[in-house]
Amino acid sequence: MFNYKTKEKLIGLFFSTTGIMTLLILIGIFAFLFVTGIHTFSEITPTDFFLGEQWNPAAYGEPSWGILSLIIGTLMMAFGSLVMAIPMGLAGAIYLSEIAGTKTRELLKPAIEMIAGIPSVVLGLIGILFLSPLISQVFGLSHGLNALTSSVIVGIMVLPTIISISEDVLTSLPNEFREASLALGATKWQMIRMTLFPAALSGIVAAIMLGLGRAIGETMVVLMVAGNAMAMPTSFFDPVRPMTANIAIEIKEVVTGSLHYEALFAIGLVLFVMTFIVNFISDIIIENRARKYKW
Amino acid sequence: MVDNKKLKGIYLAGALLLIVLISGCTTENKIIGEIANNVENIEIKGSDTLLQLVSNMAEAYIQNKPDAKISVTGGGSGTGIAALINGEIDIADASRRIKEEEMEQAKERGINPWEFIIARDMLSVIVSKDNPASKLTIEQISKIYKGEITNWNEVGGKNQEITLYGRQSTSGTYSYFMKKVVGGDYSPYMMNLEGNQAIVDAIKQDKLGIGYAGLGYISDEKGNPVGGIKIVEIAKDENSQYISPLDESKHSLYPISRPLLQYLAKKPVKDSMVYNFLKFELNPEGQEIVKEAGFVPITSEDRNHNNMLWNKI
Repeated sequence: MFNYKTKEKLIGLFFSTTGIMTLLILIGIFAFLFVTGIHTFSEITPTDFFLGEQWNPAAYGEPSWGILSLIIGTLMMAFGSLVMAIPMGLAGAIYLSEIAGTKTRELLKPAIEMIAGIPSVVLGLIGILFLSPLISQVFGLSHGLNALTSSVIVGIMVLPTIISISEDVLTSLPNEFREASLALGATKWQMIRMTLFPAALSGIVAAIMLGLGRAIGETMVVLMVAGNAMAMPTSFFDPVRPMTANIAIEIKEVVTGSLHYEALFAIGLVLFVMTFIVNFISDIIIENRARKYKW
Repeated sequence: MVDNKKLKGIYLAGALLLIVLISGCTTENKIIGEIANNVENIEIKGSDTLLQLVSNMAEAYIQNKPDAKISVTGGGSGTGIAALINGEIDIADASRRIKEEEMEQAKERGINPWEFIIARDMLSVIVSKDNPASKLTIEQISKIYKGEITNWNEVGGKNQEITLYGRQSTSGTYSYFMKKVVGGDYSPYMMNLEGNQAIVDAIKQDKLGIGYAGLGYISDEKGNPVGGIKIVEIAKDENSQYISPLDESKHSLYPISRPLLQYLAKKPVKDSMVYNFLKFELNPEGQEIVKEAGFVPITSEDRNHNNMLWNKI
């Protein structure tokens, strides 16, 4: 139909447009959030918006528009989930790459990756029906809709990300590392702790950052189990209202173009910037690592 | 050579597929367009309190009308009214009256909502069945939800902290309760749950919780309270009678009786599907469904309100 040169060109063109398209989509989303969200600041000062402790657009009297308690809710939930997922994730990754036999690994790795495929609403249901009553019993609380419960569930959700990327990083380390440390008389644990772990550290940090990005953006689970109270949380036993849940709850009632609508977009913008920074940092780390170790 | 032939075959097949797809799309669109002119459709959205009731009504209405389609979704009264203003739906369910600012927004967009009362709700306050507190005045409830009373021992319970459960801000029940009962801002420690059922479920589990929900969600078909919860008897003030929302003979005296509403985007055309559906909801058959769903039929006053509008159609 075409000669090979035109064909080559056409195929090249197709691939490059697809590549450029993703960039355009990213810029488009940012521009959309920015243009809509930025209007908020013509009516609410940035100080009131970022440092106000009270978010209450549907107030009895004057509405208040401070998102500090929402940001703190998001951060508590995200870091809580990492506290749970990092030790488990690293242990799992080390087991898979260094200790487990081939057969165990071939069984476990897909199983772990399958966790990533569980719809978050299903995990939310498990949270409401099983975990939250359990947590309220264990800690003697009257209910279990709080930052802790959502951290545990979101922790499970970010586990596959952390395990599979860390495992890839560990496996990709050259065998000379292992042979050299064993030859020097190190035990297996010493080899893992003193040679492999430091060598893989930047990759592991990148895996954790990607997990963090996922945790910050998680919506459905937190909507279901975090309690969503608007008060400033003071401990992990308090209910929290992360930014994602707040947008999901309120976007349904707003009339397009109203201040409330714009404020929700501004929150979306804050979320976008947060996850963007986290992903960007992990990208830089991975990039540096590739340059540092060229084996 | 062989490869080239294969490739040509693939191109040809691709091109044919594309043609089929494109032509398929256009014809399909045409068909949809034609159907849309014949089949009648009603889109209803809004109050979670009304969701079950209106779904039941819709089911009963379309039973003998194979061409009719009614879709009913929840999300909260605020969601429904916003969708009505945005021109997305025909009818908005609401468990609160439309706010002035919403009315203004609607008029700016050339929408003049018509309000009909289709049922009544005795908004109920519930606590755990193990809670000794069983009677509250409106003032006590208000203080509890404002965060001024934080311990059950102040209102006849044990020395334990109160956990507050409320609806999300899109809910009409949220706004109605805030305006008519709390009379101020909710305590920021109140948890926001989506839906009446979520509140009932939370109270079943939380021995220290207090929540509010529509009558249809706290009693079964026979009018008995659902298991695990206790329905609080409420008095207007200390000197008045404490009344349970399940006590039918005293419904007219219950302090938080509210109308359940439907807003139409515009004056309904006589004998259109929206007109007929509304007529069905308001006639005795429809009101029987209201009873079955656990809510209360409209009063004669509500009927006058409806008739005033009805006569203008």
